[in-house]
Amino acid sequence: MSNQRPDGVTPSQTVGPYFKYGLTPNGEYEWNDAFTNNLLTPDTSGERIRVEGKVYDGDGAVIPDCMLEIWQADSQGRFSDPQDARALPNSSFKGFGRVGTDKSGAYAFDTIKPGSVPDADGKPQAPHIVLAVFARGMLLHLYTRIYFDDEAGNAADAVLALVPADRRATLIAKKAGAGGTYTFDVHLQGDNETVFFDV
Amino acid sequence: MTLIYPVASNRVHPARLSPAYRSALKRSPQKPLIPMRHTLSELTGPVYGHETVRAHDNDLTIQAKGEPLGERIIVHGHVRDEDGRGVPNTLVELWQANACGRYIHVVDQHPAPLDPNFTGAGRTQSDADGYYRFITIKPGAYPWGNHHNAWRPAHIHFSVFGHSFVSRLVTQMYFPGDPLFPFDPIFNSVTDAKARARMISSFDLDNTKPDWALCYRFDIVLRGRNATPMETK
Repeated sequence: MSNQRPDGVTPSQTVGPYFKYGLTPNGEYEWNDAFTNNLLTPDTSGERIRVEGKVYDGDGAVIPDCMLEIWQADSQGRFSDPQDARALPNSSFKGFGRVGTDKSGAYAFDTIKPGSVPDADGKPQAPHIVLAVFARGMLLHLYTRIYFDDEAGNAADAVLALVPADRRATLIAKKAGAGGTYTFDVHLQGDNETVFFDV
Repeated sequence: MTLIYPVASNRVHPARLSPAYRSALKRSPQKPLIPMRHTLSELTGPVYGHETVRAHDNDLTIQAKGEPLGERIIVHGHVRDEDGRGVPNTLVELWQANACGRYIHVVDQHPAPLDPNFTGAGRTQSDADGYYRFITIKPGAYPWGNHHNAWRPAHIHFSVFGHSFVSRLVTQMYFPGDPLFPFDPIFNSVTDAKARARMISSFDLDNTKPDWALCYRFDIVLRGRNATPMETK
């Protein structure tokens, strides 16, 4: 095997319209799921929440063939990854979830409210989930963040502070009544376009 | 080892709005993306247990009672980072059309036969050197509705993770010499010819198995560089 330095990364291509039987079969196809939209394990500590919403295109039409992936810390702000050199989580909570939107463009994740994770300067960030969005028509996936409207830490969060004030609301999931459900819609384009990050 | 992920590495990717690809028109943001410094949330990523990948998930020709029709092929290669180091133990998923260019997805109504012995989904985990290997069937080209007489070049979809959530890559592997390359807006959404070439597998005679299957090599390069200079031997 040659170990010479590559010329660059392999370019991205769209996930296309037909990923479901391979990536998110979820009982509709025979293939087993590597990941699902339920991140909870019996030993996961923390506040059980559901994050749900719909994904829309620039015409305001729902996107029924979208794949969403989330990555998050546990309730104490630790990632299930040895690269997080701090104390590792003591549960089997993995922090990664994947779901395909349904015919109405809807999705949901069952997870826990993440704890605070340090920012690039070591200061605490407000609790958030990183969200990656894939779909037919998207040649390269998009990254955004899901914050929570009942977290006081939002006001001091360094990443939220980068976002123009009039667009910040697109990053904040709204608590929908009791029961730990939050609503977070994704607008790929248009007046309510979700803020996406260049990471 | 601490990796860094220069944003400049993303320049090879397609523009999100590539007008020749019609589906992109309403599904690409119009407002500028907001740059930010990576935090632990971006620099870490999922780790998979052995429960994620089963023993024969990388062989798409033995998932059913009978053998699928079409040309059996071996697809293998290394997952590497931008410095050329193998990315070990990372999840590699693929999905594809059958030999006739038909997906089992219910939305695919291309009038070509389904193969009861071929699903078209597989996954594996790279080994300690970043090496992966699949056995599958060479997919067919198929028509799509982007423009008059539009056909996708034969391709296999790949999904790869790497060391962090920002090294995540979904791409398509093409086959060398495909006559449809000049006409495909998805392939050509990558504007740099050298970068496009990195999506094309190479025929691998050395690893072609005599009397059994042709082999194609597809090396995948993910974002990530060592922050410290590489040692020279």
